[in-house]
Amino acid sequence: MLTAILTGFIFSLLLVVAGKYIKGKAAILSALVPLGLFIYFLQFTRQISSGEIITKTYEWVPSLGVNLGFTLDGISLIFTLMITGIGFLVFAYTATYLKGHEYLDRFYGYLGIFMAAMLGVVLSDNIISLFIFWELTSISSFFLIGFNNKEKASRKSAVLALSITGIGGLLLLAGALILGNITGTYSISEMLLSKDLIAESSHYIIIVILIFGAAFTKSAQFPFHFWLPGAMKAPTPVSTYLHSATMVKAGVYLLMRFTPSLGNTELWNTTLITVGAITMVYAAIHTLFRTDLKGILAYSTIAALGILVFLIGLGTREAFVAACVFILVHALYKATLFLVTGIIDHETGTRDVTRLSGLRKVLLPVAIAGFLAAISNAGIPPSFGFIGKDLIYEATLHFGNTGVLLTALAIITNILLLYAGFLAGIKPFTGKLPQSFEKAHMPGFLMWIPPLILAILGITIGVFPSIVQDSLIQPAVTAMGQNGSEIQIKLWHGFNLILGLSAITIGVGLLIYFLFKPSLKLEKGIAKFDKIAPKSIVESIGYGFGQGSKKVTGLIQNGYLRYYVSVIILFLVLLTGYTLLQNTKYVIDYDSFSELTVYEVLTLLVMAVGILYTVFTRSRLAAVAAMGVVGLAISLIFVYYSAPDLAMTQFSIDTLTVILFVLVLYRLPKYLKLSDRKARIKDGILSVVFGSLITVLALEVLGEPQGSQITDFYAENAYVLAKGKNVVNVILVDFRGIDTFMEIAVLTIAAIGVFSLLKLRLTKKNRK
Amino acid sequence: MEFLLAILIGLLYASGLYMMLRRSLVKLIIGLILLGNGANLLIFLLGRITKGKPPIIPEESKFFLDAYADPVPQALILTAIVISFGLQSFAIVLIKRAYKVVKTDDLDQMNSTDEFS
Repeated sequence: MLTAILTGFIFSLLLVVAGKYIKGKAAILSALVPLGLFIYFLQFTRQISSGEIITKTYEWVPSLGVNLGFTLDGISLIFTLMITGIGFLVFAYTATYLKGHEYLDRFYGYLGIFMAAMLGVVLSDNIISLFIFWELTSISSFFLIGFNNKEKASRKSAVLALSITGIGGLLLLAGALILGNITGTYSISEMLLSKDLIAESSHYIIIVILIFGAAFTKSAQFPFHFWLPGAMKAPTPVSTYLHSATMVKAGVYLLMRFTPSLGNTELWNTTLITVGAITMVYAAIHTLFRTDLKGILAYSTIAALGILVFLIGLGTREAFVAACVFILVHALYKATLFLVTGIIDHETGTRDVTRLSGLRKVLLPVAIAGFLAAISNAGIPPSFGFIGKDLIYEATLHFGNTGVLLTALAIITNILLLYAGFLAGIKPFTGKLPQSFEKAHMPGFLMWIPPLILAILGITIGVFPSIVQDSLIQPAVTAMGQNGSEIQIKLWHGFNLILGLSAITIGVGLLIYFLFKPSLKLEKGIAKFDKIAPKSIVESIGYGFGQGSKKVTGLIQNGYLRYYVSVIILFLVLLTGYTLLQNTKYVIDYDSFSELTVYEVLTLLVMAVGILYTVFTRSRLAAVAAMGVVGLAISLIFVYYSAPDLAMTQFSIDTLTVILFVLVLYRLPKYLKLSDRKARIKDGILSVVFGSLITVLALEVLGEPQGSQITDFYAENAYVLAKGKNVVNVILVDFRGIDTFMEIAVLTIAAIGVFSLLKLRLTKKNRK
Repeated sequence: MEFLLAILIGLLYASGLYMMLRRSLVKLIIGLILLGNGANLLIFLLGRITKGKPPIIPEESKFFLDAYADPVPQALILTAIVISFGLQSFAIVLIKRAYKVVKTDDLDQMNSTDEFS
């Protein structure tokens, strides 16, 4: 199973070297990858339908409890077959759709990564690896949406989609970690065993909110739905594959997966029903206002996702059956409609539904596919969609007190979905063929066969629902924690209330389709509400965040060295000063200090005067000279207090520095007084506080006992081991010889720098 | 003596910081040198100062027979003095070069690459 998942990644990696072959005639060969996987997963059907669950565990990071555990059960099987099956058709379709495209290999690479990641999501038993695959789908989706990277709108949509789904992914990670913390395992199947533990935990609400956040962002639920219409900027195969059939259903998958362990509580069910209902009705109404075929399909996809979330929220067995069936129904007809739209776009160059008509005369097989898909979408018998719609009504009607209201909402949604499906699948092909489209012709068979296969499948399963009944639906419902073994899916239920509701749905839907005409005016009308739409709110938050960061950066990173230094010192003073105030003993043991002599006091006096003169003099030369005096005084202190080596070094270095300064000085401008009085007082106060802090610190340290084993070691071994009597020298050239060597290297580099700076002659040309 | 020395070290730090906060490049370097001197003296003082007993083993002996000044801070400071000379000489020559190119000694007119707008 691991190999099956990795196949997609390996395929993408191979494209790095084999990319140029795939761009040519070999493009169709890439479709063999999903086809092979489809057959591979298909052979598990028998085992799964007999109630088996196939698991495989590979150790990955055992110390963190992260294993590559994979489970294939009913839910997973539905999804894997959709991913590989539709993947196969989309891969084949793309070979013609993007024929000769400059970056066709890249496109296949992203698709391969996406397919592998998506398989990983639906097969992972370990929640951490699920998260990783989840993020990989977001990332590959980002690249695919932004595939036409020369268009600004494409890039913007890609970023928007990535940020929304990416935030969702992070929520998933947080939720996963909390769950793992409570149950002590990251395996989803093991979490099932601790269901009570999770439900009683005080973190239950947080977990549910986090998981919902992940599912709702990925599956485009209100108010996070807005990234999906934007994602339609991607090439149509991507919209088909990711943004209708598979990736957007990952959120639904997550909810299904966690229903047994987290579900069946007031919070879980009510939230899902509410959010799902709002999403489906909101999105379904939006389809009325769109004229772009892909826009219509995008909103009807959101509505379908809303229905799925809504059904999972109902939580009954009937609802789960309806959800599993509807996933398949929707994947079949929506993928068809997208592929059909892609062909129309490819051949006529427009997706404007108000302009398209009569295309059946030139694109007959495509028209048949579109018609069949629209039938299934509308839920007209004998299509699979009819069964799906019936099951939905059955689930809502039997749902307690609010059943009537929920059924009404479902009917409204379905009516509008019918309208959308007819608009996309039938409207472009009926009526008179305008002159401008007469030159349109059939695309290569690789493009029109896939939608036809899917559309015919949608009708076939409708007529023979037993194809999916035992093999897919029963195990999936069982995996969601209900007894699925006795489920019967039938096309004909006899004359009952549900059939009546179905008839009403179809009748009203057809009425709207024939009476209501989509127009640009309406689309512009609804655009007025964009200001209060969730999309604009999120965008302005993002914009505000960017502006805020800019301001903060501008404040901190202002380009003035003295501010940086001031801030650092200020923090140092506040932090150290606070601790010092708390813990200082304020006792100074004068007895331990060495006694003063006259010449020492004089030296210090000279030094103090030198320092003050350096700071306050107006003459630069005087400042340098005074600085030299300070250095010499320090060298005297070294002499008094037993440091002859230091005294010598200080003396020579000080002299050299002064000489160097004076050599350079005469070339420099006048010593200007640049800062104003206020700044000087401010800096002065900070400096005095800082200096006093150092003094107090020094006195405090002097009050502490001192003992150093290092000193003893050097003193004892200087002669014995290193044969030297001047211990300071022995330390430098022997014990720490390598350090000194490095120091010499540093000085050499500095010397080379000084030399080249002095020798550098910039010509006028190089100076700019 | 230690008390006075501590005050003087504080003075060195304060004046060094004050000079570093000026806008002139030359003052910045002077401030850096003063600060460096302060740090050297601080290490020296905190290693405890001893009068008239350099850490040199007497001619006729293999060990110290008497008390001696701590050699470790001295070794540290010696390194520090030499390294800071490398820094200072490079900085001084750099000022000269910078002045030749941009014709100013004012730090505020040299920060264009670091400015965030």
